[in-house]
Amino acid sequence: MFAAALIVFRESLEASLIISIMAAATLGIASRGRWIAAGILAGLAGAALVASSMGLISDMASGVGQELFNAGILILAVGMLAWHNIWMSIHGREMAAQAKSTARAIHDGSRERSVIFMVVALAVLREGSETVLFLYGLATSSEDGLRNTVGGGLSGLAAGLLVGGLLYAGLLRIPLRWFFSITGVFVLLLAASMASQAARFLIQADLLPSLGAPLWDSSGLLSQTSAAGTLLHGLIGYEAQPAGMQIVFYVAVVLAITAGMRWVNSRGPVRNSAQPA
Amino acid sequence: MKRLLSIALLSFAATTAFAAADEFTLTIKDHAFEPKEITIPAGKKIKLLVVNKDATPAEFESKPLGREKVIAGNSTGTVNIGPLKPGRYPFVEEYHENDAAAQGTIVVK
Ligand SMILES: [Cu+2]
Repeated sequence: MFAAALIVFRESLEASLIISIMAAATLGIASRGRWIAAGILAGLAGAALVASSMGLISDMASGVGQELFNAGILILAVGMLAWHNIWMSIHGREMAAQAKSTARAIHDGSRERSVIFMVVALAVLREGSETVLFLYGLATSSEDGLRNTVGGGLSGLAAGLLVGGLLYAGLLRIPLRWFFSITGVFVLLLAASMASQAARFLIQADLLPSLGAPLWDSSGLLSQTSAAGTLLHGLIGYEAQPAGMQIVFYVAVVLAITAGMRWVNSRGPVRNSAQPA
Repeated sequence: MKRLLSIALLSFAATTAFAAADEFTLTIKDHAFEPKEITIPAGKKIKLLVVNKDATPAEFESKPLGREKVIAGNSTGTVNIGPLKPGRYPFVEEYHENDAAAQGTIVVK
């Protein structure tokens, strides 16, 4: 029961933090709630599909199919987040300058909605597939049976969603003046953290060198399995024992997205954008 | 081409002392690891074959090694490890990580 709650909590926390940050970062977009919900449903359906074909996926690409699949999902999400942030660096300023209601009117892009949908779906797919497998294994193997598994799973899920909800509520309290800069930083660090996880899977697939494994060990200072460590892992990608290549990916994504944001900004603010991006 | 090359390399490796990657086997049965401790050489890449003899899926996970891999029921997963510095690197079967039987260590010497 406790094991079920803990594992589902950990996995749903990661997805829930990503969803909360996306929900905050896309404040003002019409019907974003519906797109988030659609993303969650699509992610869950995908997770069930992935879980049921995990053996097949693993055997692909000379046994490293699972690693490539995970890395692929993460890199796709990094791309979507990068695009979102660079785009928001123009529109966020306009939105911050105006009331939230006006922002809603100018900020109605269908592309941005597909970013919300994709990022949410990918996060749920990635975190959900392991959870589905775990629950399936536990429900069929443990003497405690299905009832305890479901009870533990649900309380873990509730706890994960609660932390995500608290983060969202906290983000909403940021004054509008700072709001889009701060959510932008969250999205940036989320993208970097996903890139670092993708690097870890590519190292595991033996496609990249580790460049120091681990590069440092701060588990004595802050264990990754502690509550704070788990939260920091979900938020900014904290790892107590990272490989050097993960740091390279992390820093590269931070620099690339920042450069992209600077670049679109230097082209001047888009006043009345002809194409609603 | 790459596959051809690796087949050629593998057959070459098989006939000489130049082994591409040493293989070590870890078995999971009734959610317990066997053996609980595996010693591998420092500074070398190795392949860890994780054989899951249970009908349910298992997840090999090690934060110190930076590895996580789901292994379907009754199948074998390969986890690439190393090169590593000497030391002890614990791992768990994540779905039963609180059971002592589902915890093990890679010792690098
Ligand atoms: Cu996870």
